[in-house]
Amino acid sequence: MRAYAPDYDLVAPARLNEALRLVADQARPMAGGTDLMVLFEAGRLPYRRLVSLWRIPELRGIAASETHLTLGALTTYTEIQQSAILRLEFPLLVQAASWTGAIATQNRGTLAGNIANGSPAADSPPALLVYDAEIELLSSNGLRWVPYTAFHTGYKTSVMRPDEIIGHIRLPRTTSGRAQYLRKVGTRRAQAIAKVALAGLAKTSGGVMHQIRIALASVAPKPIRCPETEAVLAGRKLDRAALEAAKLKIAEEIVPITDIRSTQDYRRKVTANLLQEFLETLLP
Amino acid sequence: MFQNVGHPVPRKEGREKVTGEAKYVDDLKFPGMLHGVTVRSPVARGRIRGIEFPPGLPWNEFTIVTAPDIPGENVVALIVDDQPYLAAEIVNHPEEPVVLLAHPDKYLVEKARAAVRLDIQPLPSIFTIEDSLAKKEIVWGEDNIFKSFLVEKGDVDSVWQEAAHIVEGEYRTGAQEQLYIETNGVVAIANAADGVTIWGSMQCPYYIHKALLKAFPLAPEKIRVIQMETGGGFGGKEEYPSMIAGHAALLAWKSGKPVKMIYDRAEDMAATTKRHPSRTRIKTAVSREGKLIAIDMEFVVDGGAYATLSSVVLSRGTIHAGGPYACPNVRIRSHAVATNAPPHGAFRGFGAPQSIFALERHMNKVARAVGLTPEEFRRRNFLHRGETTATGQEIREAVDLERLLDRALELSDYHRKTKTFAQQNQRSRVKRGIGFAAFMHGAGFTGSGERYLQSIAGVEALADGRVRILVSSTEIGQGTNTILAQIVAETLGLDYDQVEIARPDTSQVPNSGPTVASRTCMVVGKLVESAAIGLKQTLVNSGLLAENYRAGEFSRACARYIAEFGPLKSFSQYQAPPGIYWDDDTYRGDAYGAFAWAVYVAEVAVDTATCEIKVQDFVALQEVGRVIHPVLAAGQIEGGVAQGIGFAVFENVVWKDGRMANNQMTNYIMPTSVDVPRIRVYFEEIPYEYGPLGAKGIGELPIDGPAPAVLNAIENALGIAFDEIALLPEMLMEEAGVV
Amino acid sequence: MSKVEIKFQVNGAPRSVQVYPMERLLDVLREKLNSTGTKEGCGEGECGACSVILDGLLVNSCLVPVLQVDGCEILTIEGLAKDGLLHPIQEAFANTGGAQCGICTPGMILASYQLLKRSPHPTDEQIREGLAGNLCRCTGYQKIFDAVRHASEA
Repeated sequence: MRAYAPDYDLVAPARLNEALRLVADQARPMAGGTDLMVLFEAGRLPYRRLVSLWRIPELRGIAASETHLTLGALTTYTEIQQSAILRLEFPLLVQAASWTGAIATQNRGTLAGNIANGSPAADSPPALLVYDAEIELLSSNGLRWVPYTAFHTGYKTSVMRPDEIIGHIRLPRTTSGRAQYLRKVGTRRAQAIAKVALAGLAKTSGGVMHQIRIALASVAPKPIRCPETEAVLAGRKLDRAALEAAKLKIAEEIVPITDIRSTQDYRRKVTANLLQEFLETLLP
Repeated sequence: MFQNVGHPVPRKEGREKVTGEAKYVDDLKFPGMLHGVTVRSPVARGRIRGIEFPPGLPWNEFTIVTAPDIPGENVVALIVDDQPYLAAEIVNHPEEPVVLLAHPDKYLVEKARAAVRLDIQPLPSIFTIEDSLAKKEIVWGEDNIFKSFLVEKGDVDSVWQEAAHIVEGEYRTGAQEQLYIETNGVVAIANAADGVTIWGSMQCPYYIHKALLKAFPLAPEKIRVIQMETGGGFGGKEEYPSMIAGHAALLAWKSGKPVKMIYDRAEDMAATTKRHPSRTRIKTAVSREGKLIAIDMEFVVDGGAYATLSSVVLSRGTIHAGGPYACPNVRIRSHAVATNAPPHGAFRGFGAPQSIFALERHMNKVARAVGLTPEEFRRRNFLHRGETTATGQEIREAVDLERLLDRALELSDYHRKTKTFAQQNQRSRVKRGIGFAAFMHGAGFTGSGERYLQSIAGVEALADGRVRILVSSTEIGQGTNTILAQIVAETLGLDYDQVEIARPDTSQVPNSGPTVASRTCMVVGKLVESAAIGLKQTLVNSGLLAENYRAGEFSRACARYIAEFGPLKSFSQYQAPPGIYWDDDTYRGDAYGAFAWAVYVAEVAVDTATCEIKVQDFVALQEVGRVIHPVLAAGQIEGGVAQGIGFAVFENVVWKDGRMANNQMTNYIMPTSVDVPRIRVYFEEIPYEYGPLGAKGIGELPIDGPAPAVLNAIENALGIAFDEIALLPEMLMEEAGVV
Repeated sequence: MSKVEIKFQVNGAPRSVQVYPMERLLDVLREKLNSTGTKEGCGEGECGACSVILDGLLVNSCLVPVLQVDGCEILTIEGLAKDGLLHPIQEAFANTGGAQCGICTPGMILASYQLLKRSPHPTDEQIREGLAGNLCRCTGYQKIFDAVRHASEA
């Protein structure tokens, strides 16, 4: 354990406004701690003052309206998997939660933590991207909603201001009748970081692609949607030629790298193959 | 037939492990204890110009040890004595220890470790077998060669002309981290008056004892080494603990306080030993009838920066390189070479997984070239009783390898699956395959090794009739305490509960040799059996016990003996079984008292969209002499198979400038519960005359077979040969991936 | 920074410690409370050797800052046996060879405890998934699966 605990301060306010005040005063938010504590014990946590959001009631819970499902920032992966409505309407998010770390991580890891940590390999973002999620950002000055597709700006950077925390994640309830796909390729079959993950959401009828959303992890500095590939497919008749065109386009659109876990070439090929696997389920 | 042996008796050490009461070294606390850490070289090779202790920390509160503080010799005694406890002028590998620090605050000492600055001027370094052999830079001795062997049988060069087929291949294996879930750790107390006492996680208390004798100017009885409950070893705690024990002892010596030193995972992975990477080149001559007429092999292992155990790893790998095949002409040239990686060391199998991987991949290659199935090729070439191995050892056991192969293939439904997969693969993106490996593993130290060890085991009877076993052999998960107790109970006709085992403490137990080389059951078990027989004989000869006694009479006899004569102990020292001849100079003769024989079959599925490899089913069939404890024996096989699967397709060390870059569990991939197949274990028993109740050794056997079996299965699935492990999806995708 | 007082229950007994808020729960258990049954294997939340049950949920105690357990209930391996009688899961692990070196065993038993609470009669697949966060290097997992199956039938 390479951190010297006396150098760090962590406080746990009971109310949201107190937490926001502390964040405005440069304390860093901590949720379940499953990302921050790993950095901490490796001696690589750059922040000395932290505020625990773990007990704040306003940040918990899953609420459904007719048009949206709203998840509190602190919704854990376990809670995601246990939610009947998520299982029915947003199965990709449930799937992603089931393969984030393992049981112990899932009991403490939170959706907002996954988003705020900003890893391009994170498990939830591809699902959130194809679901057109919106992120509520809270600060002492108020709140704003940001489309998730605009949230990440680069490698571990986002539109979040230093005085903001994630309050809620909102999902439009427009998934019925959509084909859904999510596959993660990791270093092993459980408790693995994604080498590539692809999420797909599509509406087809009469052999024509009416709406298509494709999102990926680990092929760019941030989680991404693939607008160019989506454009190749939108409104198009679904046949082998479309599939091949889409594969070619996605291979160009992504910018994978070679790192400690995998290679650029592997990521590119697997991305194309996962897209093919998804599109094949849509072929008439 | 037997009362205890062959039955799944409750483990001696079982209850404590499931309640959390078992005490591992980090569970120990001593008053006034300090925590020690090691400051290590960030560069692979260089000249130490200075050590800085920057302001901002209370350095006067710290105990600081460098090379000049070592009271004895600055060397970790093992075989060649080339490795220092602390680098003095030159560092030869990343993570090499330079400075030791201790402080009462275990977190402040880490802060201090991060603050110390080592000024090291880099020197040229090498990291590959090729660069070492080419002498791109001389980094050890005169020529970078720790050791070489030459094994010759017949005359290889005389038969190439007559060969109907000549098949060549090159095979490589990477480093593998032992990854015991408990990292290395010790506690030391050391001063000139009382001597040195070490408590620690270890496999070989007497190795540490020998090493400390050189580093401290003390008489042997002033050095005491005690094994704590040990959370896995697999060879990684065979020789390495001498290093950490010496470090903790040096800090204790200088500070006058007890010192605890526990490595964190990142340090343990980067700084301690791993399996030797290897490169094997094989050229074989085969007759028209598909019989091997010559095997010419070059087997090279990368030993890292210091010799440590490389000569012995090379030895075992060399001797196992010829496999269970009858071949009249064999030449094996082997070398252990130096690079600037942290020294590689013992890991279950100890050279054999490397050479067996190469041989069993090669045998499939030869079969294909010759137009035979892998199984038919083996049948035509298996050893039989009366035939000789590559070192000229005559097989005296009644082993029937063809029948073993047939049974393994039947148990795995090999023939039907081969056909079905071939058909299904034509229409499926997921390709399935099945493959096997045939191999043997010699138990005990090689050749004259056991004679050199001169191991001693003892038993002591107590007045209440309990018998205590006295060995330095350690329980590290495999069940040493249990099986030795079973053997003694069986030998003396006692209740299993009447037999206990003393904690391995060098002040209390004799040196029964290291807990390595698959020797604990076969060699030490035999010694313990002999000692028990000696105990019985003492009682019988004293007239206090009838030859055919009942259990109750034994206790009474012990009580009477002790009252009249004093302590009742019996010791037995190793004697080589008759008829074992080994020549260390020519490396010929009887390498091992006995081999365990095995055929392993692996079934795999490869999804060509992602090239992910899944091992779907695994059959492990072996002949082992006698199964002492069915659950523990199966546990050894299952654990070894899982490690072998890891070796084959998961566990890749990423090297950057000689340092392990993926030294975290998140990036060094060992199999989880979801990654292992069902592992089906089957035993056969042909009792070995000189094993306890017929038992041979099995600790290392199971890690030899999985890698070649899995790679043979992958070749069967994809029709492409891969000859390097760890085999990762990225490597498959380049050759076999469909896009 | 200064220490704070944290009050929580461990195995049914109320405990109070003066600690720095970012100290790991694992270290507080092992060093302040002398409860050494919970083990450290990796310090990165990968191996599960440090698993405990926190307010009914399996967590890696190496990743929990002690401040966050204020007012919570913790079950460690030491809390499973009652009056010297082993819990059926412990019994099963001891008898089926589910423990070899034992270092992963406390965490593995608690993970099994959580698994069997959620799925009292788990399928083979559920057993594998439920234990995927607990690494074992000795057993190859086979006899751990047997132990859990055994305990689920007890």
